Amino acid sequence: MKLTVWTYEGPPHVGAMRVATGMRDLHYVLHAPQGDTYADLLFTMIERRDHRPPVTYTTFQARDLGADTANLFKTAAQGAYDRFQPQAIIVGASCTAELIQDDPGGMAETMGLPIPTIPLELPSYQRKENFGADETFFQIVKTLARPMERTKQITANLIGPTALGFRHRDDIQEVTALLSDMGISVNVVAPMTSSPQDISKMGAAHFNVLMYPETAESAARWMEQELDQPYTKTVPIGVGATRDFINEVAKITGKDAYLDTSRLRLPWYSKSVDSTYLTGKRVFLFGDGTHVLAAARIAQDEMGFEVVGMGCYNREMARPVRAKAREMGIEATITDDYLEVERVIEALQPEMILGTQMERHIGKRLGIPCAVISAPVHVQDFPARYSPQMGIEGANVIFDTWVHPLVMGLEEHLLHMFREDFEFHDAAGPSHHGGHAPKPEDGGGPAPQPAASPRSLSGKMNEGSVIWLADAEKELKKIPFFVRGKARRNTEVFASERGVAEISVDTLYEAKAHYAR
Amino acid sequence: MTELPRLPTAGGCRETPILKQRGQREVFCGLTGIIWLHRKMQDAFFLVIGSRTCAHLLQSAAGVMIFAEPRFGTAILEETDLAGLADAQDELDKVVDELLARRPDIKQLFLVGSCPSEVIKLDLAKAAERMTQRHAPSVRVLNFSGSGIETTFTQGEDACLASMVPVLPKTDDRQLLLVGALPDVVEEQAIGLLEAMGIGPIKVLPAPRADSDLAVGPNTVYALTQPFLGDTHDALTRRGARHLPAPFPFGEEGTTQWLAAIAAEFGVSPDLFDQVTAAPSARARKAIAQAAEALNGKSIFFFPDSQLEIPLARFLTRECGMDAIEVGAPFIHKGIVGPDLDLLAEGPTISEGQDVDLQLDRAKTAKPDLTVCGLGLANPLEAEGLATKWAIELVFTPVHFYEQAGDLAGLFSRPIRRADLLKLEATE
Ligand code: SF4
Repeated sequence: MKLTVWTYEGPPHVGAMRVATGMRDLHYVLHAPQGDTYADLLFTMIERRDHRPPVTYTTFQARDLGADTANLFKTAAQGAYDRFQPQAIIVGASCTAELIQDDPGGMAETMGLPIPTIPLELPSYQRKENFGADETFFQIVKTLARPMERTKQITANLIGPTALGFRHRDDIQEVTALLSDMGISVNVVAPMTSSPQDISKMGAAHFNVLMYPETAESAARWMEQELDQPYTKTVPIGVGATRDFINEVAKITGKDAYLDTSRLRLPWYSKSVDSTYLTGKRVFLFGDGTHVLAAARIAQDEMGFEVVGMGCYNREMARPVRAKAREMGIEATITDDYLEVERVIEALQPEMILGTQMERHIGKRLGIPCAVISAPVHVQDFPARYSPQMGIEGANVIFDTWVHPLVMGLEEHLLHMFREDFEFHDAAGPSHHGGHAPKPEDGGGPAPQPAASPRSLSGKMNEGSVIWLADAEKELKKIPFFVRGKARRNTEVFASERGVAEISVDTLYEAKAHYAR
Repeated sequence: MTELPRLPTAGGCRETPILKQRGQREVFCGLTGIIWLHRKMQDAFFLVIGSRTCAHLLQSAAGVMIFAEPRFGTAILEETDLAGLADAQDELDKVVDELLARRPDIKQLFLVGSCPSEVIKLDLAKAAERMTQRHAPSVRVLNFSGSGIETTFTQGEDACLASMVPVLPKTDDRQLLLVGALPDVVEEQAIGLLEAMGIGPIKVLPAPRADSDLAVGPNTVYALTQPFLGDTHDALTRRGARHLPAPFPFGEEGTTQWLAAIAAEFGVSPDLFDQVTAAPSARARKAIAQAAEALNGKSIFFFPDSQLEIPLARFLTRECGMDAIEVGAPFIHKGIVGPDLDLLAEGPTISEGQDVDLQLDRAKTAKPDLTVCGLGLANPLEAEGLATKWAIELVFTPVHFYEQAGDLAGLFSRPIRRADLLKLEATE
């Protein structure tokens, strides 16, 4: 038993729903109690979908247990087939149905429906949403895709995009354009946009572009084995990664590497003088493994930030994330415990968080600016405008998104000069944010007010044993909020390394001199 | 005294045959109630014993993660608990000990059953008893079910309040008990009106804190403020308290009738009643009239959701001039919504339970001007050109009594006004 407040991932059947809802002409019959229908709203509200997810829930009740939940399942499956006429159905159990052991897969097979019926085994008490999506897509591909003659022209399948994915809709368009510039067209995009019939034609492509390992790596490996299709290992998020991706595609296809950079603005924007203030900004990264790995490279190499911490919530990606962290000389936080992430952020006191909507809330409370880089998604992560993460436009979007929460270059200097000004005081936050500026707690810097929220589930807040003398504390408050956390932390580290128990104004400035770069 | 409501000449809906279909239901489970209950009871913690699905439901229904650490959480059952490798009761003790050690502000702990905990027959009543002894007197531990196999949406609140009734101290004092978790501002309005009539003492279930002096007994009379409190009603009746049936306090008419039932019980003079209610009821009528302009003559279709459907249909048809096509409710408890059914003119289909696909077919055929439904159905229906009102807003928003009557009508008129407002075509 594990106490959980907020979760980064839903149960595995929600992953299966993301696959089914992204596809066309597929139906999911889910053995589940009525309350589990809440999952529909994720798609209709968060993603603003204009159709119900193609899911029929059996909605068994207590009085059905012991009686005939199996028959209920069969009626629901037959009804779903009759009403929706799908090309294939997937069947499975939610956590509760798993316990009553009705074996929906077995039952569906005996019904003799005239369409492929794909049973899903998604262990609800061990695995989570991303596993559910990956496994579901894998089962669908395994059942429907067969080796076949290749298309004459070189084509690729784009695999991984699902409903409720972080910017999947726009990434598809961007990657399609990258390939098209190299003279490669797209055979099938799956699971999102494809029907079971499309899946059966996946074998015609020459290779697969694995867009999101979280949701399609098992399928990619299977297709490599069974359909003899290599798949790309680089996820084209960021300028460097996009260039690597193009080279990888060139190597796989024998085509010339070609990248149209006429619309690429990140490199110049990052070089232009206003961006000098980005130098060495201490950032913390958290999200799914794929987006965090991409963000680490962009943060360090393309924005000139200092990555002070990183981690992911999906254990499946722990290994590459740990390796990347080691390479950067930091320790990775692999956890799905939101409160643990919060503790790490409190301890590191970064100047900016690149995280999920959960970290955005942490940032709000701690007064640390945050940009969102990964699922779990929120209605804000489905903007009306085109805003991919991948490819050329993705890099531009990322530059804008990450800079947006920060105080702009010259503004930062003005803030220093006029920090006593009543309108220009540091708590006002970036001028372009109007009333929505992050609100640092008065005087405390990014450290939270313990009285306001009795949080921390199982650990203590990171509190150094050094004491701040009143004068030093006062001096610290004169430092603008967006560097105050860093100054506090550096000073404390400096003091404790030297065995100084009390921080005076002198200690503060000695530390400042020590860390000056 | 304010004139009695005119009963529908052709008869009300109390005896109308109820359409019952059995199929997929598109409703929340009772766990959802925790979202508003934990705000109402400030020293209570709701610990769901369930699965990742339960935790995800709470998170999704809460919409956004507003609170650093809300006063609810899920003890997620793991393989070891299910395989019997770990004694689930021991595990639960561990989780609760840890929780209470960390949150000394918690005075009431609710162990909330879910589908998984019920299927594996985890005895939470036994656990609650054991923990109450262990943590007495500082924490009281109770249990109720919010599972989807036992409860639908607002029934979770009912189960929670019902679980509190047996442990209330006994009193022989004459008192009025208001039952239902309302936003504070609304609750204060109701109490203000009743006190102005000289009625008292007035108590509220749920009390904001465990250490309140709430008690119950044979001289207690109670009024429900929400129509979904069937089990709580039965539990209070078992404690000897007496129910004051009335239409629910939605709209001017509903509020007046609800107050009148209480006033009659306490022997309030008609003059005093009019004196207290005249101004706010006039205000309410005016506010409703404004919002109702957009609603007059429009048709409405209710999917089952919160059990508020019948009282709301009564309000919308009688005070806002709407025509009800279908009024669906997850359950119909005639002992509670009977007075509302009496006032609801015969005509609409009254349905209980759901086969969502068949009901969607009916809605699409009827093409109502407004459809009240859950979040899963709203956008798909909008995409087909039907204006919708999310039902969940009705339990989250202050909508009871006079001062909110206009807001209540506004919740329904806004989608219709909006549909008229948007102009996205070229001018030529
Ligand atoms: S329906 Fe049951 S399993 Fe699903 S969220 Fe509700 S209590 Fe949990």
